[in-house]
Amino acid sequence: MNLTLHVWRQKNAAAKGGMTRYEAKDVSPDMSFLEMLDVVNEGLIAKGEEPIAFEHDCREGICGSCGFMINGVAHGPQRGTTVCQLHMRHYRDGDVLFLEPWRATAFPVIKDLVVDRRPFDRIIAAGGYISASTGSARDGNTILVPKQAADKAMDAAACIGCGACVAACPNAAAALFTGAKITHLNILPQGAPERYSRARSMVGQMNAEGFGQCTNIGLCEAVCPKEIKLEVINKMNRDYLVGVLA
Amino acid sequence: MSSLAVPAPIDRVFRFYQTTVGKKAIMAVTGVVLFAFILGHLAGNLQVFEGQAKFDNYAIFLRSLPAALWSARIVLLVCVTLHIVTTVQLALLGKSARAVSYVKKDNAAASYASRTMYWSGPIVGAFIVYHLAQFTFLLTGPVMEGHPYDNVVLSFQQWPISVFYIIAMVLLGMHLSHGVWSMFQSLGITSPTRSPFIKSAARLIAIVITLGFLSIPIAVLAGFVTTSGAR
Repeated sequence: MNLTLHVWRQKNAAAKGGMTRYEAKDVSPDMSFLEMLDVVNEGLIAKGEEPIAFEHDCREGICGSCGFMINGVAHGPQRGTTVCQLHMRHYRDGDVLFLEPWRATAFPVIKDLVVDRRPFDRIIAAGGYISASTGSARDGNTILVPKQAADKAMDAAACIGCGACVAACPNAAAALFTGAKITHLNILPQGAPERYSRARSMVGQMNAEGFGQCTNIGLCEAVCPKEIKLEVINKMNRDYLVGVLA
Repeated sequence: MSSLAVPAPIDRVFRFYQTTVGKKAIMAVTGVVLFAFILGHLAGNLQVFEGQAKFDNYAIFLRSLPAALWSARIVLLVCVTLHIVTTVQLALLGKSARAVSYVKKDNAAASYASRTMYWSGPIVGAFIVYHLAQFTFLLTGPVMEGHPYDNVVLSFQQWPISVFYIIAMVLLGMHLSHGVWSMFQSLGITSPTRSPFIKSAARLIAIVITLGFLSIPIAVLAGFVTTSGAR
């Protein structure tokens, strides 16, 4: 199949970017989206042009490196799927696709489709850990964890920090990410003692990074490749409010 | 993270207000108060179907309790102000957080009501100003001091007034259908099992409230409620 791509090209963080049109010819339906871009890039390199920069690592949907907007949807149209696991069989010959980087003031563009997501690292550093040693693997079994709590913590821990939630949110809020990280630890007996100070620190850092407000509209939940639920934001709000007001 | 310094209460309030979560909590709590008022106001208004005497007596009764009336008015005014101020501050923050917009953006996964809160809110706000000017301060429309029932009927018999009320109430319903669910989420009192129920209940109650308010101008326009009483 042949596709038309409109891709955001930006030389570096300081440069002014713009959309550039490319034709992707003879795309196999078996390719992943990133493989399709690899082929486009090979063509660009052969012509002596600068290839389209995009972030990727595992290409298995688990590392959280990849991600950009395809026709206004983070990671493209397949729910619960990162862009590396999105396959070209979901597209038809003649489709026109707009590829843009995550847009958030907190995530400045580094080049083309690559953005700086270090604000997420700083949110984790503000409280996304347990201060006391919780022992090694076998010690885990000495602390009883209710099955429900283990399941909820695991669901929240599935967050790969890709940034799609921020990209999808009209306010570029990082509530789903921060909520997932807070829920993941606050729900477990090892993390519960610090739950209020953790919520306060991580919410504070989230705000300091310049992310917007959560308006509970759920666009983040809709694009999350790990299908993290809005309930993690509810947990973040509760632990923050109880910690501050109680 | 594990800092032992305990901030002074005033610092805590200030810091709480500075966060997005704190502002949303204020928006939610003031929303609860305004929602409660809307329920009470609807219950009062629906007495128009019980005839002139009942409706006018209700209005006189409210005015006979100046302390309670003014307490309620002050609470509502404070809530409306906080609701609007936090919204404006957060909306500006959201705009600066997404300073560069997308060439293409698909927001279809969010409900229409949730995406139009910044429209439904200000329009309902403008409506409230008009509504107060008409029925509380008697500045506009076919209204007279001391005749609340006749004021309602004569006003709604003018179709442009009724149409504006109907539009405003539909927008209020949309605002509530997202707002009522959103209050629970902002205050952290939803849960995976309760969430779907709260969302459906919010939509249902928004529809009931809208239909309740709409029934009055529609009944007047249809000639069901007249100055000589309900037929």
